[in-house]
Amino acid sequence: MTEHHRQDEYWGRTSRLMWIMLALWLFFSFIIHFFVNALNSITILGFPLGFYMAAQGSLIAFVIMLFIFAKSQNSIDRDTGMAEEE
Amino acid sequence: MATKEQAAPGDFVSNLGKIYGLYTGGFFVFVAIIAVLEQMGVPNRILGYMFVGLTLLVYAFIGVLTRTMQVGEYYVAGRRVPAFYNGMATGADWMSGASFVGMAGTLYALGYDGLAFVLGWTGGYVLVAVLIAPYLRKFGAYTVPDFLAERYGGWFPRLLGVIVLICCSFTYVTAQIYATGIIASRFLGLDFQVAVYAGLLGILLCSMLGGMRAVTWTQVAQYIVLIVAYLVPVVILSTQKYGLPIPQISYGQALQDITAREGAMIAQGLADVKSLKPHTTPFTTYDTLNYFGLILCLMVGTASLPHILMRYFTTPSVREARQSVAWSLFFIFLLYFTAPAYAAFAKLEVYNNVIGQTLASLPDWVYTYGNLGLVKICGVGATSVDAIREACAKAVQYTGDMGQFTHLLRHQDFAIDNDVVVISTPEIAGMPYVIAGLVAAGGLAAALSTADGLLLAIANALSHDIYYKMLDRNAPTARRLIVARVLLVLVAIAAAYTASTKPADILSMVAWAFSLAAAGLFPALVLGVWSKRTNGYGAVAGMIIGFGMCLYYLVGTRYFASSFYETWSFLSSASPEAAAKYAELKQAWMSATGDAQAAAWTAFDKHAQSVANWWGLRNISAALFALPVGFIVMWVVSRITPAPSQTMQDMIDNIRRPKGDMILQEKTN
Repeated sequence: MTEHHRQDEYWGRTSRLMWIMLALWLFFSFIIHFFVNALNSITILGFPLGFYMAAQGSLIAFVIMLFIFAKSQNSIDRDTGMAEEE
Repeated sequence: MATKEQAAPGDFVSNLGKIYGLYTGGFFVFVAIIAVLEQMGVPNRILGYMFVGLTLLVYAFIGVLTRTMQVGEYYVAGRRVPAFYNGMATGADWMSGASFVGMAGTLYALGYDGLAFVLGWTGGYVLVAVLIAPYLRKFGAYTVPDFLAERYGGWFPRLLGVIVLICCSFTYVTAQIYATGIIASRFLGLDFQVAVYAGLLGILLCSMLGGMRAVTWTQVAQYIVLIVAYLVPVVILSTQKYGLPIPQISYGQALQDITAREGAMIAQGLADVKSLKPHTTPFTTYDTLNYFGLILCLMVGTASLPHILMRYFTTPSVREARQSVAWSLFFIFLLYFTAPAYAAFAKLEVYNNVIGQTLASLPDWVYTYGNLGLVKICGVGATSVDAIREACAKAVQYTGDMGQFTHLLRHQDFAIDNDVVVISTPEIAGMPYVIAGLVAAGGLAAALSTADGLLLAIANALSHDIYYKMLDRNAPTARRLIVARVLLVLVAIAAAYTASTKPADILSMVAWAFSLAAAGLFPALVLGVWSKRTNGYGAVAGMIIGFGMCLYYLVGTRYFASSFYETWSFLSSASPEAAAKYAELKQAWMSATGDAQAAAWTAFDKHAQSVANWWGLRNISAALFALPVGFIVMWVVSRITPAPSQTMQDMIDNIRRPKGDMILQEKTN
């Protein structure tokens, strides 16, 4: 595989991961909160669910997403030989 | 000590765990000693001075210890800050005095709608990690304008970057210095002006001698203080009230109680259906366009603010830059997911023990903060029982004998400043003064750490981008570092002076920083990495038009509301009645003379500001229109002008892959 091909494969996979992350970001930042009124009719531990998602749920999702992103991008780097030297 | 450090710089970094572990332990011991002193009868005021004085001394000590004469250390902390610690430093850099003191109050006031801030100020880190930070780290810049200059060619994109950076950072740093003044004057009883300059001194000691390196290690120390100070009172409160030391879970019960109490207050005539905003009901303050618009602008603004992006220039590798964003968000999340708990507990306290009580039986804290002008009852400061009795009698138009006057406090009679929610919690829960002192130290740490980061961002843009890169390419290292420090001091003094005049407008303009950064920088940064076809012409056009449009909307709707409305009345969300009222007030102003004219103008301008908009968008979310316009202009102009050279396209490929050396290799000593 030439250097050029490796760059293409690396960037293709990186871009795919980027779009997945942006889709999740869009979902937890906006889409889920469009349904706040419907979700508020469900109550868990005293929290109306719609309120909970904006106060905690989406935030937890963002944190988890970022750790997964860092891990996935690292394996893309390694698999395509684009990782930094240790 | 310092010479040893410079000889073997690895020592400090390899012992971070031990150093900050000891520091955290020492901090707890210190808090315990203060608690013991309090029991022994040392006056609160002395304890307050000890708290603030000692924490400031520690920050200054770190600042002096980490001084440096190397350019690479000064601008990017030698790129040796591990992901975890850079995450903590970013957390402190990010969470301002206002976040610490005021955020819970905003949630108290706005209920669900306030969560736009919680979401907006966290979700932006996804954009930072995925789209921008790792690539800027690989590029190897010292400042954000560095990247723009190299990627888009020449001094003009650099200058535009510096202008946007200063516009969004200067008002912000002024607000931080203002916050240090407020906190110090409230807790320590210092004069506000004195407190502002004392805060300035604290900030300079942390940043001047060691630049980014010193700021980084003081920010880590400040993060530890601020997060402990934020969590401790609310954990104690939650344990007292619900027997569960996890406030983030136990406030679910408080939310239920609030909702029940809201219904009861309306039923008993203690609250007005119109003025009471049910805590968990969405869209009572913002409509959906403004709620989601605000979230988007805050998120994109987060991903564009230079003082945040430059923190990721300090990690040892691209990989650590990504991990560092995740850690940053985790450390920020700890505070932001606790803030709604503060708001809920405070609201329940007010609804249960203030509203519906007779004026004689209000809790003490109402008067404590009333005397500071932060709690108002029936429109006057709650300074004494007599004062509020008189005001409430007037409010309900009671004309009988004052001795016979009884009044149950209604929801609409009570007004509380946003800042009280966090600072009053220790007192409301009957905690000893040591906890209140802890909160003061935390608020101060939050304000100082953010001020340091912002100040450095501004001063570095001036010294690195303007002085070194644009004016004197051959400046020797020693002179560059002296210029950097002189500019830092000058910017700091300018900001402190502005803060000392208590400028009301500056404070409300802080929220603008996010929209300005989003519209001015985000498209150029993202397309700079993700689109090879984007060239200098497109970037310059997009930045000017996006930033210009955002600024036009902000300034137009705020300061030139009537002409903005008249130009764009067909886009305004004003109802026919509001439009008629506009014409009426305008007529009143034009026909008024003398003193009446000024009053008529105030009424007219106020109304004009409420109708001067495009589709009802509030100016805090101004970037909602400017952002897509910036992207489109950048895209289109780039397509109709020549593509970037092959060399440039190769450079972009190089930025994209972690492997290999940084693009920009500065001489580092």
